[in-house]
Amino acid sequence: MSTHQATFVRASMIEAAPAPSRESGIVHWLRTNLFATPKDTALTIISLLVLAWIVPPAIQWLFIDAAWTGGGRGVCATLAQGGSQPDGWSGACWAFVSAKFDQFLFGRYPLEERWRPALVGVLFVLFLVPMLIPKVPYKGLNAVLLLAVLPIIATILLPGGWLGLTFVETPLWGGLMVTLVLSFVGIAVSLPLGILLALGRRSNMPVIKMLCTVFIEIVRGVPLITVLFMASVMLPLFLPQGVTFDKFLRALIGVSLFASAYMAEVVRGGLQAIPKGQYEGADSLGLSYWQKMGLIVLPQALKLVIPGIVNTFIGLFKDTSLVSIIGMFDLLGIVRLNFTDTNWASAVTPLTGLIFAGFVFWLFCFGMSRYSGFMERLLDKSQR
Amino acid sequence: MAIGVTNAPERIRSSGSIINDPQVRGIFYQALTVIILSVLIYWIVDNTVENLRRANIASGYGFLNSRAGFDVGQSLIAFSSDSSYGRALLVGFVNTLLVAVTGIITATVIGFIIGIGRLSHNWIIAKLSLAYVEVFRNIPPLLVIFFWYSGVLSILPQAREALALPFDVYLSNRGVAFPRPIAGEGAGYTLLALLIAIAASFIVARYARQRQMATGQRFPLLWTVLGLVIGLPLVTFLATGAPLSFDVPVAGKFNLTGGSVVGPEFISLFLALSFYTAAFIAEIVRAGIRGVSKGQTEAAHALGIRPALTTRLVIVPQAMRIIIPPLTSQYLNLTKNSSLAVAVGYADLVAVGGTILNQTGQSIEVVSIWLIVYLSLSLATALFMNWYNARMALVER
Repeated sequence: MSTHQATFVRASMIEAAPAPSRESGIVHWLRTNLFATPKDTALTIISLLVLAWIVPPAIQWLFIDAAWTGGGRGVCATLAQGGSQPDGWSGACWAFVSAKFDQFLFGRYPLEERWRPALVGVLFVLFLVPMLIPKVPYKGLNAVLLLAVLPIIATILLPGGWLGLTFVETPLWGGLMVTLVLSFVGIAVSLPLGILLALGRRSNMPVIKMLCTVFIEIVRGVPLITVLFMASVMLPLFLPQGVTFDKFLRALIGVSLFASAYMAEVVRGGLQAIPKGQYEGADSLGLSYWQKMGLIVLPQALKLVIPGIVNTFIGLFKDTSLVSIIGMFDLLGIVRLNFTDTNWASAVTPLTGLIFAGFVFWLFCFGMSRYSGFMERLLDKSQR
Repeated sequence: MAIGVTNAPERIRSSGSIINDPQVRGIFYQALTVIILSVLIYWIVDNTVENLRRANIASGYGFLNSRAGFDVGQSLIAFSSDSSYGRALLVGFVNTLLVAVTGIITATVIGFIIGIGRLSHNWIIAKLSLAYVEVFRNIPPLLVIFFWYSGVLSILPQAREALALPFDVYLSNRGVAFPRPIAGEGAGYTLLALLIAIAASFIVARYARQRQMATGQRFPLLWTVLGLVIGLPLVTFLATGAPLSFDVPVAGKFNLTGGSVVGPEFISLFLALSFYTAAFIAEIVRAGIRGVSKGQTEAAHALGIRPALTTRLVIVPQAMRIIIPPLTSQYLNLTKNSSLAVAVGYADLVAVGGTILNQTGQSIEVVSIWLIVYLSLSLATALFMNWYNARMALVER
């Protein structure tokens, strides 16, 4: 009889072996994400080829061959075109952007008065940034500063004309400043007005309901440019002789009314999504109509439609560029105006200017959409 | 009678004073609104009549018959400066429709490709699609139009040094010149054949559906329809002796002569609207496909349906139910955005109307025509959407 004798017993657990190289690490990632099937491989290779075809020339054009400094069109034109660059050269003309940068910000606002829009801009950033960070306290005070104090300061400082400030008429305004003023006012007006219109459209009173519906549907049915044309050619007709409206103000009214109609539809979507029990619960508590809406329904409805609201804001911001068609110089308008400057006219100037303007618009819109995503996640968490 | 007498004072007492009766209040508010609005409208009309009288502008649509006196760059229907204002507006409307329809087709194609690309398992494809959407969604369409117009098309070579592309297509800063087909004798038969083929396709499709319902057998519909729509006209075309010739553009000393030319205004507007709207369509398509629950795919697989058929018969029909309503509103947006044509001088309805407005001062009439045209387009779209929704809506038991 032989007894079973163990010659070796492992006393400790063996270390887990690393996963096979094809199941982990970069190889695995490549296999699952880029080369999973023959079709995938073909797509990957085609995309890489397209990228190789587009990206290096773009970088070359934008940065390496670009003219960064210079005082005139010479640096951005080839010898044949009367410039200093070798024939066949093509590159971005950043010198144009840097020479005109102040104009792109303030338009033709008088040089010695530019501290005024600059100050308003600084205050805007100072008030806006803490507003956007959820952790910063005193949101109520902050909102008052942003939505009440800042507009008052802006209406005093930007046009001037009192308190010893020289009057700067609005045709001289331009650039990013006009874009931002239009969007800020548009946003500040369209949200409350849109909420009122949405409430009106869902009202029990037939006359109010019909008026709101007709307004919303007409404005949403036509392009913004016709609304702007209406504001600029028809408004003077509607007013008595001698009463004139500033062109800038007319554009502001047009843009705000247009955005309100879209906002109203977004808010209405939110109102419809609130269960009937909420309305009835508020009624049974004896709340008045405005208490019911302001305390119970709207807070829930607005939270639901934050993405839609921000999308409307983004649309509004992009739409402000249309005022350049009715002869105002917002960021896009002032960039295009400078193409005609003979000191800078060259083949690459328009493209460079437009890429710059596009980048600025993109930064703002992308920032807004990212922030809305962040807010959505934040509010979503608090709900659970 | 007696009940009424005893009840009336009680009702008033229970609801407090008449001021707090919601119904009375509602009527009061509405009456107030109507009065204020009427006064406002009366004031506006009065001012307008006064202003028009002072500016010596006769209101009414009579001006539509007078001579326009301006030329439009590109027009599908015959137009000269001797034509009437009414005809000019018609040209504008046709041009609006042209850019809208072509733009919608391209935007849909690009949008679906990008939207499906965003859901791809392939990392590069997904990220490239994402980059496309994020870039074009966040830039004003007007800027994209100018990008093509003054950034790209205007720095192309002059017409006499036009870039020659295959098939006698020439690219220059005056636009794209391409051979114009000229229909010879008997070309009408080919067109007729095409119409017959399309009609036949519908009948075949109907028959195929009925057969599948009755027997469960599938009919190779796609190939049959393709064969009909391409084959029948082709056979007719060859049988009638290929009655088609081309007017080819020829590079002259200063300009290209012959062929058809599409101006840079149309191209830049068309490209910008297509690329811009495609970004939004891509997001709609992605949301639509993601909106179909995974259980549907799994159930189809469990039934043994092949992946390609699953996509076609299970996922796409359900995704389309989510996609179509926002898609139609994007189409409408594209149509409305085509009014940006005025920025580059493409003669669409708004641009032509603006010219007429400046020449005649008939602002109310021109604006009313704009409103009517665009509102009818919106209304038609809304009607279509409601019809489609009713057809596609989930039938619940």
